Amino acid sequence: MSEAAIHHDEHHGHHPSGMMRWLTTTNHKDIGTLYLLFSLVMFFIGGAMAMIIRLELFQPGLQFVDPQFFNSMTTMHALVMIFGAVMPAWTGFANWMIPMMIGAPDMALPRLNNWSFWILPFAFTLLLSTVFMPGGAPAGGWTMYPPLVLQTGMAFPFLIFAVHFMGASSIAGAINIIATVFNMRAPGMTLMKLPLFVWTWIITAFLLIASIPVLAGAVTMLLTDKFFGTAFFSAAGGGDPVMFQHIFWFFGHPEVYILILPAFGIVSAIVPTFARKPLFGYSSMVYASAAIAFLSFIVWAHHMFTVGMPLAGELFFMYTTVLIAVPTGVKVFNWVATMWQSSMTFETPMLFAIAFIVLFTIGGFSGLMLGVTPVDFQYHDTYFVVAHFHYVLVTGAIFALMAGAYFWLPKWTGHMYDEKLGQLHFWLSTISVNVLFFPQHFLGLAGMPRRIPDYAVQFTDFNMVSSLGGFVFGLSQILFVVVVVKCIKGGAKATDQVWEGAHGLEWTLPSPPPYHSFNTPPDPATIEGGMR
Amino acid sequence: MTFLRNPGVLTKLAAITAFSGLPGMAFADWELNLPRGVTPYSHTVYDLHMLILWICTIIGIVVFGLMLYSIIKFRKSQGAQAAQWHESTTVEVAWTLVPFVILVAISVPATKALIMMEDVSNSDMTIKVTGYQWKWHYQYIDEGIGFFSTLAAPSNAARQLNSGIDPNSVDNYLLEVDNHLVVPINKKIRFLTTAGDVIHAWWVPALGWKRDAIPGYINESWATIEEPGVYRGQCAELCGKDHGFMPIVVEALPEAEYAAWVETMRAATQQAEQAPLAAPADAALELAAAEAR
Repeated sequence: MSEAAIHHDEHHGHHPSGMMRWLTTTNHKDIGTLYLLFSLVMFFIGGAMAMIIRLELFQPGLQFVDPQFFNSMTTMHALVMIFGAVMPAWTGFANWMIPMMIGAPDMALPRLNNWSFWILPFAFTLLLSTVFMPGGAPAGGWTMYPPLVLQTGMAFPFLIFAVHFMGASSIAGAINIIATVFNMRAPGMTLMKLPLFVWTWIITAFLLIASIPVLAGAVTMLLTDKFFGTAFFSAAGGGDPVMFQHIFWFFGHPEVYILILPAFGIVSAIVPTFARKPLFGYSSMVYASAAIAFLSFIVWAHHMFTVGMPLAGELFFMYTTVLIAVPTGVKVFNWVATMWQSSMTFETPMLFAIAFIVLFTIGGFSGLMLGVTPVDFQYHDTYFVVAHFHYVLVTGAIFALMAGAYFWLPKWTGHMYDEKLGQLHFWLSTISVNVLFFPQHFLGLAGMPRRIPDYAVQFTDFNMVSSLGGFVFGLSQILFVVVVVKCIKGGAKATDQVWEGAHGLEWTLPSPPPYHSFNTPPDPATIEGGMR
Repeated sequence: MTFLRNPGVLTKLAAITAFSGLPGMAFADWELNLPRGVTPYSHTVYDLHMLILWICTIIGIVVFGLMLYSIIKFRKSQGAQAAQWHESTTVEVAWTLVPFVILVAISVPATKALIMMEDVSNSDMTIKVTGYQWKWHYQYIDEGIGFFSTLAAPSNAARQLNSGIDPNSVDNYLLEVDNHLVVPINKKIRFLTTAGDVIHAWWVPALGWKRDAIPGYINESWATIEEPGVYRGQCAELCGKDHGFMPIVVEALPEAEYAAWVETMRAATQQAEQAPLAAPADAALELAAAEAR
């Protein structure tokens, strides 16, 4: 209405079109779209690698790939999913939604924003090109432990530099988000009125700034050990391979909270919307997120309980690790309390959000078990760990991403997505993902180690079941692409508010919002009325 | 055992393996749980595992039960009206403190178990385990015996890409080696683990633990095996292309049989040490004889 008219009058200069538009855009909506499309492509590349893994593991014996290639598939699958799919997806959501949620016209640093994105296709070209090199892609695990990773051939410098570039992209994005939220909130949008998605992203951004430089340090030390005669991780030279693990996991543990915190924010937006009831315990949710982030810095060695740490170290990390269950539990209880005495409907975003709460909690239970050091001596480096992190990352992070995509697709495109197809995608995904990963708990308990291309025959049946689940899950994701493409092209017209129970500044804008929104800040009264 | 015509070592070992392997045998195809194992530590760990599993199960039933109830009862389609309350300090404190207490309850037995595992003192014997790409080396420090332990030939043949050999036709596929790690029962065995190239990990589930084998460093662990039998495990740290093909087989024997085995191994080691000395002399004689012709 008047917003669009003002936009039209102030429109200055030409926006380039076609390739140049996407290459040079500094618009948060465009950049959000770029991140999201990039992450979707990476999701399918990482997924294809997973299909190769599950295909080989379908039966005992080696039928399709040799062990070296199998190891490079597990390595690359993880690197692509973590750094190429999940992290850019969260950044895409942040770019699209945060300025609108706080009543700002764009991000604080729009040109930096453009570069943050365009680093990624370059980084992944470097990384993925190693698959085609002599010697093949890196095969020492995404965790890159020395001395093994130093046996990587031609791919080694490509791996290191790809990690550096991905890290730089994340740090720049994090700086942008913090600068935006702290400086560009509309008047009346106090910190304790921010949607939880913004809060969890602020905290994620601080985690990124603190942890990614540590990863950069660790991989640089690998580089100098390989090429410049240092011996950081070689006992013969006076160094220690375990030191790498400490440094890596000091990054690695905050990293997993970077992967999940924005998911908590999305679920905290979706459940109240479809329950038509305010989020229970808003301040507790903020404090719990901050507590999780703080604790995430003092638990890292639970990834390395079997290295031979002193008893005091093993005890300390056991206590801090199990302690994270407390604030995480608080969040789960608050979501359930939001559902209690509410008035729920079960559109696709809500289905994914509810599945997230149940299945992420199951991942949390196996996480608690893994955190108890003496028993971890049995679970470590088995399929029990693989089951745990896939529950928290797939039925956790990925499901929350799906939920958020369905939730905001109508806002982004101006069209309602096909609800029937969405529900089909949900049910196929949820059933198959459990067939895929739940048996892996049993495999780990029964004694199957991780990162092996072939296994003893007593592990056959659960592996077969898991692989079948994997094939169905992989195929089901094609449905998601169909839903997205169909929604972009057309569909029922979406209103501004889209969902009956939706509250927040983004739902006061038209669907789709203008290219530049909130050029003038919203009326503080809207903020007061829009938040509970 | 009157059918044993020749009480030679090999036959003895085969008989023992055949008749006493039950506690450590391969698990059923649909095995759901952690094995109870055959050491005091593995029993402790199994009990702790079950305790935590039950706690998680009960919490899960309560939380998911409440969710299921909400989904059924508080639906808009059934006419439910949403309440608008959205905070309660009492409830927040309660569901912060109760989980905290549960965690303390878990940490107490866990701390005891960890102290038990790390107490390597007063051991009866020491075995040094060295991981290589892709095999294990075992050194009996007190007995002066040492040998490599590599994936058994039938398994190695079957596991090759497109070998055409059905893994189900191979005994203990991928879990058999050429030389078992033979140990006595009821003795506290100290295991020193290290490696010669990259990081490996030595794991036998029946013993209840695994420990990383790190080049240039030595880790200490212990086990007292209470039942004779054959216990199988695998390398548990990614170590390169054949990480999945360097298994571990521990054969626990009663005291007397173990002592007999040690004697045989010592004799074989002595023979191997003397033999190379004979060879060069023979070769020189042969050369001389050939030149004389």
